Amino acid sequence: MSDTLLKFLFGRLSIESFPIHEPIILATFIAVALGGVVLLGALTYFKLWGYLWKEWFTSVDHKKIGIMYMVLGLVMLLRGFADAIMMRLQQAMAFGANEGYLNAHHFDQIFTAHGVIMIFFVAMPFVTGLMNFVVPLQIGARDVSFPFLNNFSFWMTAAGAAVVMASLFVGEFARTGWLAMAPLSGLDYSPDVGVDYYIWALQVAGVGTLLSGVNLLATIIKMRAPGMTMMKMPVFTWSALVTNVLIVAAFPILTAVLAMLSLDRYVGTHFFTNTGGGNPMMYVNMIWIWGHPEVYILILPAFGIFSEVVSTFSGKRLFGYTSMIYALIVICILAYLVWLHHFFTMGSGASVNSFFGITTMIISIPTGAKIFNWLFTMYKGRIRFELPMMWSIAFMLTFVIGGMTGVLLAVPPADFVLHNSLFLIAHFHNVIIGGVLFGMFAGINYWWPKAFGFKLDKKWGLVSFWCWVVGFWVAFTPLYILGLMGITRRLRHFDDPSLQIWFVIAALGAAIIAVGIAAFLIQIFVSIRNREALRDFTGDPWDGRSLEWATSSPPPEYNFAFTPVIHDLDAWYDMKSRNAARPVDGFRDIHMPKSTGAGMILAGMSAVIALAMIWYIWWLAALAFVGLLVVAIGHTFNYDRDFHIPADEVTRVENARTQSLASAGL
Amino acid sequence: MATMTETTPPGTEAPAFWDLDPHEHPPGASTMLGFWLYLMSDCLIFAMLFASWGVYGASYAGGPTPKELFDLKLVAVNTAMLLFSSITYGFAMIASDEKRKSAVLGWLAATGLFGAAFLAIELYEFSHLLHEGAGPQRSAFLSAFFTLVGTHGLHVTFGLIWLITLMVQVSRRGLEPANLRRLQCLSLFWHFLDVIWIGVFTFVYLLGVLR
Repeated sequence: MSDTLLKFLFGRLSIESFPIHEPIILATFIAVALGGVVLLGALTYFKLWGYLWKEWFTSVDHKKIGIMYMVLGLVMLLRGFADAIMMRLQQAMAFGANEGYLNAHHFDQIFTAHGVIMIFFVAMPFVTGLMNFVVPLQIGARDVSFPFLNNFSFWMTAAGAAVVMASLFVGEFARTGWLAMAPLSGLDYSPDVGVDYYIWALQVAGVGTLLSGVNLLATIIKMRAPGMTMMKMPVFTWSALVTNVLIVAAFPILTAVLAMLSLDRYVGTHFFTNTGGGNPMMYVNMIWIWGHPEVYILILPAFGIFSEVVSTFSGKRLFGYTSMIYALIVICILAYLVWLHHFFTMGSGASVNSFFGITTMIISIPTGAKIFNWLFTMYKGRIRFELPMMWSIAFMLTFVIGGMTGVLLAVPPADFVLHNSLFLIAHFHNVIIGGVLFGMFAGINYWWPKAFGFKLDKKWGLVSFWCWVVGFWVAFTPLYILGLMGITRRLRHFDDPSLQIWFVIAALGAAIIAVGIAAFLIQIFVSIRNREALRDFTGDPWDGRSLEWATSSPPPEYNFAFTPVIHDLDAWYDMKSRNAARPVDGFRDIHMPKSTGAGMILAGMSAVIALAMIWYIWWLAALAFVGLLVVAIGHTFNYDRDFHIPADEVTRVENARTQSLASAGL
Repeated sequence: MATMTETTPPGTEAPAFWDLDPHEHPPGASTMLGFWLYLMSDCLIFAMLFASWGVYGASYAGGPTPKELFDLKLVAVNTAMLLFSSITYGFAMIASDEKRKSAVLGWLAATGLFGAAFLAIELYEFSHLLHEGAGPQRSAFLSAFFTLVGTHGLHVTFGLIWLITLMVQVSRRGLEPANLRRLQCLSLFWHFLDVIWIGVFTFVYLLGVLR
């Protein structure tokens, strides 16, 4: 009887669900718990809870939400990288009689978690965070279209990340690879909680991603400053527009396919099973119809960042702006026409494979055009080798190689040899690290002074830069070589001792990257310590060209006291070159949205639903769902959602800015 | 927005660079666009479910076929319920244009009743199928059927919850701008579900029986 009661109360959660017998996880747990206790203790000791709740967690300010996304991405980067270095170490050790230090059960979870975390909870938050922070400033708006939704989206993403993190210490994560291919991810082959953690983490975070996509789209379409026609939009905003089109048109597919997988697992339907008329290849098709646009969701904002950076630090207008925009749009469309190249080996036949091979190769044309545009922008420019520019140049050199190996993989006969090999792994790390991550570092170094009012330390930035770039090549060149030799991915143990040297080199590369990450953290720490010396009084530390540099660093809550009027593509450069005077009086009340805790509460309840569903604790899931509905409906009864910043306050802030500009001699 | 729009070539006299005229930014100016975008994303979820219906619609796994299971007369009545609910919602919107609050509430109530009738008939149909051993576990065809039709039904359910919430809000605060905006959003949502149902009726029921 008590057994039934326990089962009712806790579902399939039991003492055995806590992996205390795994020393590595136990040690990690103790370290994380101690770290967490220290962090929470420090927050309490310094009485920061009220500040965090009032100024950050409940804030609907797009700038603060953007920064919170970046913090989330950075924290998860450390987790995802810990997984990476564990894999590299295992593969460098496990030859012949040596089994390495990770058992198969654990190793499989690690490579799955690494992929899931790096894509969904590192790259996505970084991309969304930068778009959130920068886009409203670039279009001269005071916030996004739906500020509350923005806060809610962030917390849904954070809740998804929390669910993934929970799987480290309670139960286990999926052992299926980052796309949880059926039928392996079905109940027959993965009966435990791992795949359920995967499904629910992505569903919760997916709601956040989709809504933030809708939000930014509406913002870009409806809230541009007067005079900013589509073809006068900064190129990063354009890349954000195209990216969010991709998000809105791709993430529902992921939602649907994961929902069908959950039905297979929870209800016993036959979508992706081997029996009952199901078809696992439907899963592969459907998840890649989302998955391929997803990689462009990650890379296009990075392209936008590089465009801004290259133009700014070459002191020139971007070469071929119009062709850049059309390239973005063409990539956006082609993104939906190439998904099958991920599984040429499925056996669709020569005609189908040829179609998808050719569409894939065509993508290199707009991408190549972009590379040439950046090079021509640099041509005869006065290039300043500041950190963002360094990252951009490293990107161009690295990404071109990754692009070429991509075109190679697009050839179906070659793909039959290289499919699922380490060559593929090297290829997509080459474009994701060399493209997305380098882009994020360029963006962080570029916009940090805008966000915090001081530049990042250059010396440590350079250490980080060189370690990342060199470490990347040392880590992944061996993987290209191994892949060409036919070594497949996701292997825990090898027999042929002649291969070991390559894995040792790759592990060395990962260690160099680890130094790069450490240097990045030191860079942030040193910069905060020396912030007075690095202070930006002008709001325009790089001699920028787009509107975000027209306001102070950090920008006031309302971004612009008066809405700027745009006459040229490089609006701020235009203002500077025509001596546009900044208004210093006549300020008025500014209408702004109010902070609210509803988003965090709703996301918290979603996380509870997710965890309860994962562990089959049905009563809790039902309870949390009803709670979610009640809070959501309750929130709609709150009609009092905005307030006015009084003109006096605006005048005070703007006068401080006037003084700051005067102190900088402007 | 008087001080803007023209582009002046560089070199000529500098135009206004700041919008100094006082003017209000009406709240909710982006709401309809945002809601459209959301609806289109929702439409894609249905697109995937229709696609899986297309693939699995004949995967009977030796089990019952649409011809044996579907009662077209019942589905016709059901379709009529949903179509009627769209008409009555349309009347509610006309009444809201004319600022007749009680008429709006009346038409919304009628919409809700038709919607509830639709759901009741659908639930009856589902329970009937389950009773006959034709549940979603029976075959991929039935998995796809229950998922597509059930997802639509879930949407109608949420639409009903929303409708009731909105009726309370309209009766409390009247037809003020925020409520009018919400009425428009729900209107879009409701008609969208109607459009999806036309697809379900055609591709699932009619063509299913013909198959």
